[in-house]
Parts: sequence; C-alpha cells; structure tokens
Amino acid sequence: MMDLSVKLPGLNLKNPIIPASGCFGFGKEYAELYDLSILGGIAIKSATPQERFGNPTPRIAETPGGMLNAIGLQNKGVDSIIEKELPFLAQYDTEIIANVAGATEEDYVEVIRKLNDQPVVKAYELNISCPNVKHGGIGLGTKPDLAAHVTKLAKEAAAKPVYVKLSPNVTDIVEIAKAVEEAGADGLVLINTLMGMRIDLKSGKPLLANKTGGLSGPAIKPVAIRMVYQVAQAVNIPIIGVGGITCAEDVLEFLNAGASAVEVGAQNFVDPFVCPKIIQDLPSVLQRYGYTSPKEAVGRSFRDE
Amino acid sequence: MIQEKAIILSNTEMVKDIWKMEIKTKLARQARPGQFIEILVPPFFLRRPISIHEIKEDSLVIIYKVLGEGTLKMTKMKESIDIFGPMGNGFPMEDQDIVLVGGGVGVPPLYETAKQYLKNGHKVQVVLGFNTKDQIFLEEELQALGCEVFIATMDGSYGTKGTAIDAIEAQEIQNPFVLACGPLPMLKALQTRYTKGYLSLEARMACGIGACMGCVVKDKEGHSLRVCKDGPVFSMQEVAL
Repeated sequence: MMDLSVKLPGLNLKNPIIPASGCFGFGKEYAELYDLSILGGIAIKSATPQERFGNPTPRIAETPGGMLNAIGLQNKGVDSIIEKELPFLAQYDTEIIANVAGATEEDYVEVIRKLNDQPVVKAYELNISCPNVKHGGIGLGTKPDLAAHVTKLAKEAAAKPVYVKLSPNVTDIVEIAKAVEEAGADGLVLINTLMGMRIDLKSGKPLLANKTGGLSGPAIKPVAIRMVYQVAQAVNIPIIGVGGITCAEDVLEFLNAGASAVEVGAQNFVDPFVCPKIIQDLPSVLQRYGYTSPKEAVGRSFRDE
Repeated sequence: MIQEKAIILSNTEMVKDIWKMEIKTKLARQARPGQFIEILVPPFFLRRPISIHEIKEDSLVIIYKVLGEGTLKMTKMKESIDIFGPMGNGFPMEDQDIVLVGGGVGVPPLYETAKQYLKNGHKVQVVLGFNTKDQIFLEEELQALGCEVFIATMDGSYGTKGTAIDAIEAQEIQNPFVLACGPLPMLKALQTRYTKGYLSLEARMACGIGACMGCVVKDKEGHSLRVCKDGPVFSMQEVAL
C-alpha cells in the first residue's frame, strides 16, 4: 500500500485530495454518501463575519466542459458556522481548511480571530479571488499590493497557517503570488474560477442573474496547470492546485506542474463519489508513471533530470 | 441516495417533444412521489434533475420535455444511463382527499402522488393545464388510475379555455387541499388562493444534494431554502415565489 500522505504547513494530509471550497458545503451532504475521514482534507464553504444570502437566481449555468456559478458567498456567518457546522466536522479524521472571505480587510481579520480558537480548523484559505461579489473578493486579489496587504493583516491575526487562494483573472499571476509570499503566506491555492458569461438567446440577456459568473470544471484545467507551473517556479511556499480535476491522472498532472496537493471542485457535482474514486486510483496511477509517493511527482515538469 | 449505471428499458415519445423513459434501477426501492433523480447526459457537464413520474418495483419512469441539446441527447439514449438519487423531500402523504394541479412538464410527478393517495383510499381530483390540445399527456393514464381529471388549454382547443386555475373555477372544485407542480405563474396563482397543500418547485441546480447553494429560494421571513434538499416540495405558503 503506497503512502499517499503529504505534509504541508498546518496540514497533515493522509492523501493529497481535498474537496474545494464552495463545492462541498460543510461536508454534511457528502457525509451521507461516504466516510469523510478518507479525505486528505476539506476546504469548507467561505465564512464571512455576517450572514450573506448571496446573489439572486439563476446562479448556475452549464458550459462546454464545465459550469458558471454566481453563488455570491452565501453563508450563515462565522458565528453560526462555529456553532452549527464545525462540531459536526470534528468527528472526522481529516484536516479542515477554513475558507475566509469578506468585503473589507477587517472582515478577513474578524473571521480569522473568531476561528483561531477552533481546534478543528487547521489552516486558513484566504479567498481574495471570488469573482461574484461586489466588494472584497477578487478586488483584493487582482492587485499585488492589495493582495499582499490583506495577507499581512491575516497573518498577523492568524494563529494557524494562511494559504492564499489566487484569482486567475489577472495579467500576471506570478507577480501576485510573489507579493503574497513576501507578505508571509504559508502556501498558495490556485486557481479560483475564471470570470465568464453566458447569454440566453431567447431573451438576449445574460443567463445568470448576476450577469457574470465563475467558470469551473475541466474547461479550466489547462489554465490552472499553466499557472501552477509558472508560480511553482517563482515561489518557495507550497501550492495546492485546483481547477477541473476529474480523475487521478489529473491529480498527477497538477503534481507534475508543481502542486503539492489538490482540491477537487465542480466534479463533485457530476460524480459525488469522485474524491473517494481518485483516492483509490491514485496509487496505481502514480506507480504506472514510476513514482513511489505523491511528493516524488511534485514539480517534475520543470525539474532538471 | 445511490449512484448507478442503470439499464434503460424503454425511451419513447408520448406526444410531440414529450418523452418517457423507464429505467431499471435499485433507486426504485428508495424513491417516494415528488422526488427527483439526477441524470448524466454525456458530453454535457452537469447532471439534469428530472422528477420521478412513476415508481415500480424495480424500475423508475421519468417523463421529460425536449427543451435543449441535453434533453435532445436523452432521446437518443438506448442502453444505459448514469443516475443519482432519489433526491429531495417529495410530496407528503397526508390522510385526506387532494386536488392535484399540474402544468406542462410539472404534470409527471403528480402521477405517482395520485397513485399513492388513491392507494390510501383518498379521492384524487386532477386539474392539468396545457397550451394546446395536442400537447396534452397523462390525461387517460390518470383517469385509468381512478382520478377525476379536468383539463384546461390556453387556446381553448380542449377542456376549459385558460389556465388550470380557470378550470378549478369553472369546475367549482371545492377541496382546499392542493398539491401542485408546474410553471411559476401557476404556482404563484395557487399561493394567492390556497393556504393548505404543497408546491413543487423547479430550479437550475448543480450538486442536487444541498451542498452548492445554486438553487436557493427564500422563505417568507427571508431565510434561504435549497430547492434540491429542503424541497423541491414546500408547504403552500412557505416560499416567497
């Protein structure tokens, strides 16, 4: 039996497979389908200081090889999440990553302060890349100085490692990654969704009520691979890769690109058992390509051999 | 909930653009009236939520309308189909006579509901709305079950001219307990007339199991409800439509 474990700041992952934030709620629905303890970790749905209803519907539109979403960070607020969601997650032997969002820098700090004394949360994922909110989110994630500043504030407030989830909707992701690293980030998560739109031919108007949404699914995988590849060579902090993963081969591709672990997002909607399947398949796929551990495969695409 | 590569027993057109598919599946044992299943239609990405029309011992019947490329592709499916479910809460079985109100592709889930209420010894009246006579389906099947069936067509080519609501008035249907599924204007009209009963909603969904918050509606206090998990069936006055 191959040892799939991966050690990252704050996270002892038994395998490198983590359901992505926003695609897995707080685990309850998927816990009806399989034992969450088999997962390396779970990136739980974004927390903001107060409850957010999110955007009007329709919030979902299908696209070739993927989907657009414009949920808009709907959540009950950090206090409710601490009271109602974290105790449920505590029963599972998996690493919980809290995705932190907000409209202002202070929001991020407030959520982190409240989660600091929650032992079930092992690390933070700073969401400065949500394309579906008017304030905060992507606004902070597309400019190196703003991204660095919110990272610095988050690091000062945080009692746990901070991973920063970056937006692909930028001219130069490497520049932002380096700025965030310099500001003290312990790791990076890339990529969030690509901003997109669909138009309903009957009405001639955008299909989503929010007009634009975030594109996810297999369609964005090559973009994510390229960005992980570029960033991994420019920074010295670990990367969690995310974007369009549907199978163990995709995971290996992300590892080769320079990711140390991965998050699986939209595919959970298509195949609710995709994470257990990938975990089951990963050893044989790694073996087939000559690796004895996930770590061996990390960054092979740019390593001298 | 089960995910299964199930066997298609039949897939045929009932009336123009309305298709019926029978699927041999283990899900049949778990399913309740008013629930739905999620269907994979390669190469399309997201599963399609489709309501369960009839529950048999080891098969489910769905009825779908060809509305786009995905449902068109479904008409070509012959051998197997990847399904996941059953999902949602379904129509509650209450100890009383009911009026079922349906419009268009909202009609199919009412069939199994009728079957079960009739089995429990209750009187079932059914009011269905369609655009034209040639779009009517399930009238005879519901009559064969033992329901009293009333039809409305928008163009007046069959039954009462107008909507299902017009047929309720024209037929002087008095029972105040209504279970309904159909287009939003119909559900809104029912909400202004009735206090008792249930409405089944339709929504664009992604996960179908309550995780992604793609299909939310608001209740009358402004709290959010997930159509896929908290619904699709809600009590008559619960949701702000």
